[in-house]
Amino acid sequence: MNALQKLLGWVDARFPLTATYKAHLSEYYAPKNFNFWYFFGSLALLVLVIQIVTGIFLVMHYKPDGSLNAAGVPVAFASVEYIMRDVDWGWLVRYLHSTGASAFFVVVYLHMFRGMIYGSYRKPRELIWIFGVIIYLVLMAEAFMGYLLPWGQMSYWGAQVIINLFAAVPFIGNDLSLWIRGDFVVGDATLNRFFSFHVIAMPLVLLALVAAHLVALHEVGSNNPDGVEIKKKKGEDGKPLDGIPFHPYYTVKDILGVVVFLIAFSAVVFFAPEMGGYFLEANNFIPADPLKTPAHIAPVWYFTPYYAILRAVPPLLGSQFPGVLLMGVAVLIFFALPWLDRSPVKSIRYRGPIYKWFLAAFVISFIGLGWLGILPATPLYTWIARILSVVYFAFFLLMPWYTKIDKTKPEPERVTG
Amino acid sequence: MSQQEVDRERRKFLVAATAAMGTVGAAAVAWPFVASMLPSARAKAAGAPVEVDISKIEPGAILAVEWRGKPVWVVYRTKEMLDLLGKHDDQLADPLSDMPQQPDYCKNKNRSIKEQYLVAVGICTHLGCSPTYRKEIGAADLGADWPGGFFCPCHGSRFDLAARVFKGVPAPTNLEIPPHNYVSDSLLLVGVDSKVESVGA
Repeated sequence: MNALQKLLGWVDARFPLTATYKAHLSEYYAPKNFNFWYFFGSLALLVLVIQIVTGIFLVMHYKPDGSLNAAGVPVAFASVEYIMRDVDWGWLVRYLHSTGASAFFVVVYLHMFRGMIYGSYRKPRELIWIFGVIIYLVLMAEAFMGYLLPWGQMSYWGAQVIINLFAAVPFIGNDLSLWIRGDFVVGDATLNRFFSFHVIAMPLVLLALVAAHLVALHEVGSNNPDGVEIKKKKGEDGKPLDGIPFHPYYTVKDILGVVVFLIAFSAVVFFAPEMGGYFLEANNFIPADPLKTPAHIAPVWYFTPYYAILRAVPPLLGSQFPGVLLMGVAVLIFFALPWLDRSPVKSIRYRGPIYKWFLAAFVISFIGLGWLGILPATPLYTWIARILSVVYFAFFLLMPWYTKIDKTKPEPERVTG
Repeated sequence: MSQQEVDRERRKFLVAATAAMGTVGAAAVAWPFVASMLPSARAKAAGAPVEVDISKIEPGAILAVEWRGKPVWVVYRTKEMLDLLGKHDDQLADPLSDMPQQPDYCKNKNRSIKEQYLVAVGICTHLGCSPTYRKEIGAADLGADWPGGFFCPCHGSRFDLAARVFKGVPAPTNLEIPPHNYVSDSLLLVGVDSKVESVGA
């Protein structure tokens, strides 16, 4: 026994280091047939790390202060300019963080889509899915609050519009939006509390949820593209016949994914950090002006599908609330997915044509709404948005019916590779 | 002592009582944190009234001032503008200002104290953008029957020159008329209904 092994033994007697390593890596048996779609979970983890590390360094120079400096520019806005121009490598840290925000939603949307096509939300993985949807919600709050911090025109008016959504809640709405803002309009108080939530509260919640998501996953085991349970067929050693240890097999696979992802990510950071105005909007290079609204307000691309649904609903009885409510339901309805799906099979590979048509319609509606949410609202676009909103909700609400009558193929006994 | 049986009723009561007291305590501790997020004394003080010199506004022009951090418009409406106001009531959602979006002394056809001056909060009642002043009648992008008014660029809401909302736009109600009064012919006070020294309007 050498010194290192002795040390490990000493630690293991006091903390389950080796046991944890085995449970989550070297003896966590994942199905052997993971494909392309299984890159995005580990990539989401990578982006989370990028955001936390770059965020720590941005806070060293950023100032959450809405008051005007001697030059008449808001201090917060000026501090972002300062990071971009005067801090060594500040531009890189900031572009990594701003591109990371969009990259987070890219990988999370693909990760969620993977869960949908292979039925990863089905029994016994409902809680993994629920933790995941909460992560998605917290991520939206995190991104929204972070977007206020540069204190540009789009930051300011975007926050004004979103906080006013809460004012549409019957009875308590006005007090609620006043409480969120901490002032009668979006101001210094709002900026400071959003800063606090963005750098402390939400990241803590996010980390706890990610831990819960992974613990729940490793308890029941990963799903796979065939949607069959590998734990049902175990060898004499008690290990699943179709399972392989996560480390080294999937750690190596994920490293490949990380390399490819980082190539694409770096290309955006270095050559197109604004992404033609979709990752960083042009109006946000103008300091916030409480007296002047920009000609066209659009949220960042990852919120636009819901924004389009919001705009598609006309006011009812002099209240904006129905649109707000429907937008909220459009997000929250993901929670219900495990119980809406009544199909005898999990994976799209064994589902019938009706499901595939509905899924295709859903994808078209989501992307279509996302596109419409970027454009100004004209009567024609509003009508298209209404039709797509109906399609979006039909995918969920009709699911108990169409998954039941659909003609499925029999699931295989074991994974098909 | 272990010979005595556990009194389950008593234990249940004690657990429930402890939990209830704990909840009350937690709520009491939570309150200062929740309340600390409400507008501070300084934010409320900044809501003080604002004086506006209206003598410099040209007929047909608009002046935007800041009150409680919001834009407040003062528009000097010309005779022609006022004449047009009554002609499109059928296109409006609330032509008679029935919704309480103005002080009682402005619940009239021009929604103002003095006929020519419109004083309104320049925040769209839809989602809080600030509409644009579009006084040109029949503006090309707003249609031949545009009578002049305000257009919100965010979601296309339209208001006339009395800040009344048109039908079929996202904004549900007329723009808000803030409390205000005239200290003198050239001095407007935004934020209070009346001052003791100001003798009517």
